[in-house]
Amino acid sequence: MSKDNQILEEFTSREYEHGWSIDLDADQAPKGLNEDIVRFISAKKEEPEWLLEYRLKAYRHWLKLTEPSWANVKYPKIDFQDMIYYSAPKTKKKINSLDELDPEMRATFEKLGISLEEQKRLTGVAVDAVFDSVSVATTFKDKLSELGIIFCSFSEAVKDHPELIKKYLGSVVPATDNYYAALNSAVFSDGSFCYVPEGVRCPMELSTYFRINAANTGQFERTLIIAEPGSYVSYLEGCTAPMRDENQLHAAVVEIYVKGHAEVKYSTVQNWYPGDKNGKGGIYNFVTKRALCAGDFSKISWTQVETGSAVTWKYPSCILKGDNSIGEFYSVAVTNNYQQADTGTKMLHLGKNTKSRIVSKGVSAGKSQNSYRGQVEVHSRAKGARNFSQCDSLLMGSECGAHTFPYIDVKNNSAQVEHEATTSKIGEDQIFYCTQRGIDEESAVALIVNGYCKEVLNQLPMEFAVEAQKLLALTLEGSVG
Amino acid sequence: MLKITNLHAKIEDKDILKGINLEVKPGEVHAIMGPNGSGKSTLASVLAGREDYEVTEGSVDFRGKDLLELSPEDRAREGIFLAFQYPVEIPGVSTTNFLKTAVNQIREYRGLDPLDAVAFLTMMKQKMKLVEIDQSLLSRSLNEGFSGGEKKRNEIFQMAMLEPKLAILDETDSGLDIDALKVVANGVNQLKSKENATIVVTHYQRLLDYIVPDFVHILYNGRIVKSGDKDLALKLEKQGYDWIKENVSL
Repeated sequence: MSKDNQILEEFTSREYEHGWSIDLDADQAPKGLNEDIVRFISAKKEEPEWLLEYRLKAYRHWLKLTEPSWANVKYPKIDFQDMIYYSAPKTKKKINSLDELDPEMRATFEKLGISLEEQKRLTGVAVDAVFDSVSVATTFKDKLSELGIIFCSFSEAVKDHPELIKKYLGSVVPATDNYYAALNSAVFSDGSFCYVPEGVRCPMELSTYFRINAANTGQFERTLIIAEPGSYVSYLEGCTAPMRDENQLHAAVVEIYVKGHAEVKYSTVQNWYPGDKNGKGGIYNFVTKRALCAGDFSKISWTQVETGSAVTWKYPSCILKGDNSIGEFYSVAVTNNYQQADTGTKMLHLGKNTKSRIVSKGVSAGKSQNSYRGQVEVHSRAKGARNFSQCDSLLMGSECGAHTFPYIDVKNNSAQVEHEATTSKIGEDQIFYCTQRGIDEESAVALIVNGYCKEVLNQLPMEFAVEAQKLLALTLEGSVG
Repeated sequence: MLKITNLHAKIEDKDILKGINLEVKPGEVHAIMGPNGSGKSTLASVLAGREDYEVTEGSVDFRGKDLLELSPEDRAREGIFLAFQYPVEIPGVSTTNFLKTAVNQIREYRGLDPLDAVAFLTMMKQKMKLVEIDQSLLSRSLNEGFSGGEKKRNEIFQMAMLEPKLAILDETDSGLDIDALKVVANGVNQLKSKENATIVVTHYQRLLDYIVPDFVHILYNGRIVKSGDKDLALKLEKQGYDWIKENVSL
């Protein structure tokens, strides 16, 4: 891990040497946050009046809130007046070929199995016309629009589909929901919008081909997905490649609205810069993700592989409002060095015969702290609701911590709620068993951890699962021995 | 093939091996017997490179290499295989996946190309027959929920797949009923050749009815106190270990 951080460090500091990120900043807001800044952001983005009102309302509410402190994470107090809330999207410095890239950085890409074309896009290598990401994106966009699927940046959606944004923005995560959701609602930069019309099954993993384009959405990302009755979409967010950002705080909001008989599968691989091996630097990732299963027989499935960030605070949740709706949460959270993760889910059973399933796998190494926090709530109307939760923690070494905070609240006596939890250590016995068969120690750890996380990794789209497996191995490199 | 000279080893502050001398040649089967606590399993673990033990004196030459200098994985890649007394469970990892990783890392060490899926499966099918193991067992999580017999059979199957030069069977008979014992012994016998050697570590003579040793060594208090042919094992069975204890002046 430390080696990779070093690579990252070298790689990114080299970019700063060239000064690309400093000179292009003419188009940015002054430091700090007030109503004028909110107005500035909205004006820059040429937003309609109602959206400015939405932002201002959120901002005013945010002022009344206090920063939550219940999560099992420690970090220095954030000075919200010391941040810049708007800067025009920057273009990465172009380099001419991958040969100009730090060979160790390339080695990291190779270890992850990222294709050459993608490596180029990730590192800003000028690409030829055939593989230009914009033209690839356009081709797929055409195909999607034939089916009536809208998939675009959030800003584009505000311009082109204002009626949809107006109707659904804040419908799942209200602007007043929590401290960071309110902040996001006031100052969100950009993000993705997806709309799948009635009865349409989206034929491809959304964002597989777009994930690079989406990388530059800024620190307050906003995602909105709407699945009309009977539709299906699988959405992929994030990237296995290490991501570095000069913004320390990331507070995204993801809202998913699922109507009757529709299904949304949302997969995340998060690999933001976790800080160096002494815990310096690294991203704070405070995310609000929620899906509303509004219609009967609707389904939402969250899968996340969290390996990055210095501090993670994230609870993708399901509101199971429609009768017979289903919510699933599959999570792998890996922490190493001084990383801290407090992550889990909320399952809110409102409708009859609603079902939820939680599978959480935490892996802690180094001096990291890894917490699962989950809430299962069955309301009085939710006759026949069922939940199954399984929370496993795996410890590597003796200086890390694993914690489990399950909250269960059942108000209907026909409900069935099950919770299973295990804590285990990677044993020297297991490693010796592998090495005795000729497998080196790093591969042994990778094998054991991937086996342990198998249930969750199996939920990922195939090609992503392979990358994710390699990512787990890379994250834990050097944590044993 | 293997030459152990004056090997001393300890765990924490306890001396366990106190000067082992043993030579094993290709094609030979050696049985190491002894009462509980005599150091049998320690010897097996030290040869395989388990880190809990500290070698304080002596040397081990394996096919011209200083074995004690090698990491456990490199010892395995050089051709040492340890059939564990208590095979370890690895949830979520199938025997197939585990062995594919092992086989290909060993091949890489030896400068060979990795086996592709087809070649690997062909090899597996062939070896499965040899040790009478069921396919379904191999796709389950390694050793998880296996019966005692299944675990030991799986060890022998792994041995068949990795084709070691020197196989060390650590109390492979413990916890086996007679039928399972026969299957395991049969597998070991099938894998015997002029080029490889076997060390059978056991407490009881019973296994040696099925895996017939060329040499029997009695380990007591960290030393080999008596060596002989298979009749020594029979004598031991009849007279018990007390006979040895009385005959050894320490």
